[in-house]
Amino acid sequence: MKKWILVIAVPLLLTACGSAVKLDPVTVEDKAGTSTRPLDAGSKAGGSGVGQSGVAAVDLGKSNQDAMQTATKVIYFDYDSFAIRPEFQSVLESHARFIKADKYKRVAIEGHTDERGGREYNLALGQKRSEAVKARLGLLGVADSQIEAVSFGKEKPAATGSTEAAMEKNRRAEIAYR
Amino acid sequence: MMLLSQHWDNAQMLKRLLFCFFIVLQSLPAFSQFRIEVSGVGLTQIPIAIASFKGDDSAPQKIAGIVLADLERSGQFRGVDTGTASMDEGSRPEFSNWRQKGADAFVTGSIAKLADGRYDIRMRLWDVARGQDLGGQSFAVVANDLRLVAHRIADFVYEKLTGDKGVFSTRIVYVTKGGQTFNLWVADADGENAQSALKSAEPIISPSWAPNGSQIAYVSFESRKPVIYVHDVASGKRRLVANFKGSNSAPAWSPDGKTLAATLSRDGGSQLYLMDASGGEPQRLAQSGSIDTEPTFTVDGKSIYFVSDRGGSPQVYRMAASGNNPERVTFSGTYNISPALSPDGKWLAYISRVSGAFKLHVMELSTGVATAITDTSADENPSFSPNSRMIIYATQQQGRESLMTTTLDGKIKARLAGQNGDIREPDWGPMQK
Repeated sequence: MKKWILVIAVPLLLTACGSAVKLDPVTVEDKAGTSTRPLDAGSKAGGSGVGQSGVAAVDLGKSNQDAMQTATKVIYFDYDSFAIRPEFQSVLESHARFIKADKYKRVAIEGHTDERGGREYNLALGQKRSEAVKARLGLLGVADSQIEAVSFGKEKPAATGSTEAAMEKNRRAEIAYR
Repeated sequence: MMLLSQHWDNAQMLKRLLFCFFIVLQSLPAFSQFRIEVSGVGLTQIPIAIASFKGDDSAPQKIAGIVLADLERSGQFRGVDTGTASMDEGSRPEFSNWRQKGADAFVTGSIAKLADGRYDIRMRLWDVARGQDLGGQSFAVVANDLRLVAHRIADFVYEKLTGDKGVFSTRIVYVTKGGQTFNLWVADADGENAQSALKSAEPIISPSWAPNGSQIAYVSFESRKPVIYVHDVASGKRRLVANFKGSNSAPAWSPDGKTLAATLSRDGGSQLYLMDASGGEPQRLAQSGSIDTEPTFTVDGKSIYFVSDRGGSPQVYRMAASGNNPERVTFSGTYNISPALSPDGKWLAYISRVSGAFKLHVMELSTGVATAITDTSADENPSFSPNSRMIIYATQQQGRESLMTTTLDGKIKARLAGQNGDIREPDWGPMQK
């Protein structure tokens, strides 16, 4: 189904844990056809090739990658807002250029909220933030297939505590290259 | 008694694949995780004396103490001091003595070790006021099941004296966060006998019991996005049922256990879908340009309550299970979320923001009248007991996340006080068969 997860999963595994990682099939029963099983890239047609291309792309774009690693990857939001502030336009433009330069590059936009309110509703609010960033990158020419908008709701705060300063840091979307 | 699965042969393999995300299905010895603190004052409570069971001294569990704690937590009973009295089920009590002590009911019993290592437990319930024998029970079980026996005795007493089914032998599921470790626990309804079903370095939210009590659906972030698993409690095996592009969350079972409702963002926005509980292609349930989430089925399976901000603020709505005819249910306030329905269909519990505080509310569905029933300010995620008499919910006290049970009028609350980390996301399981 969503085979593109292969594309992010395989290079992620390789870069995060090195060559020691064996791509054994996961034994999670997969009735939906969308499980972690796609991590077993070799068993699906085209999966392996896509994964390898993803790894190669990281190497080819190394200098650029280094540049992006120091670039801002966090977009902050106002309280109860999904509007992208003008100050983040140039940040998103540089990410858009970087992503467009490599059609195999995959990026996840991870939306977050502050701690107030319910977990599931905050998950939906975080999703609105990540989708707002995704939409802006789309306007800047990034292909829909290269971006996945997901949410962590209030589950992964960047700053702990209930101060307004902490909550400001937590109302955010993070750009995660995979 | 049911034990959680102890092994997953491929745990090591999985760990490697999920690398940095430490996921192991495991078994931990049962341990005492909770303390009951009754903080409310009841109205009408039945005074009950429960004498120490004959043989309790040498038994691994003090049956009488567990039975009394269960009954007191329900808010409908008050313990009467029995001193050092120890009486077995065969002895007829001196009723006048217990009347003098103020007891309306009296429980006697015994526990003895059998030749095969199991325990024989017998009990009898007496109506002190009328001097009548109200019946008794006997069990022969292994040591690990003694707590369950005590809960079943509490259920027996509760049903005999109140006319309602007891829920002390049911189970709850909840999540703890200790440091950066998240744990999904299955425990007895009193919070004891907790066993870990899943341990992860990434968050786990929204556990939900299947109607038959054998499976739990939940949302795990172990793959750096929310995906929905269904976990078999007995075997520990699990399957991924929703891992679509975007976020997958808020699983809710249909009453027949065949269908899951869930919130998916695969087509943009957080929207409601139905899917076969064994997996498969989701069917879009409703379509709105706004957030739709937190679905929950009515007991007859014909309707679904959910949260939507289609009117400009999050409110509870109800629609047919086909997705037709949505209508708004909550009207007071600008933030009403996390609907839970009582199994008897009479009550809606939900969280409402009042002056910046998030408070558990209970609405009588026939009248629409809603009442805040807590004095805390960060309540979350209510879930009804299967007899519709109590609600378990998460809240914060002294900066710690904890679980509480409450009666529907809010008058009797008990804190299930964890010793380690934050405790959250409770869901009360169904009646045990």
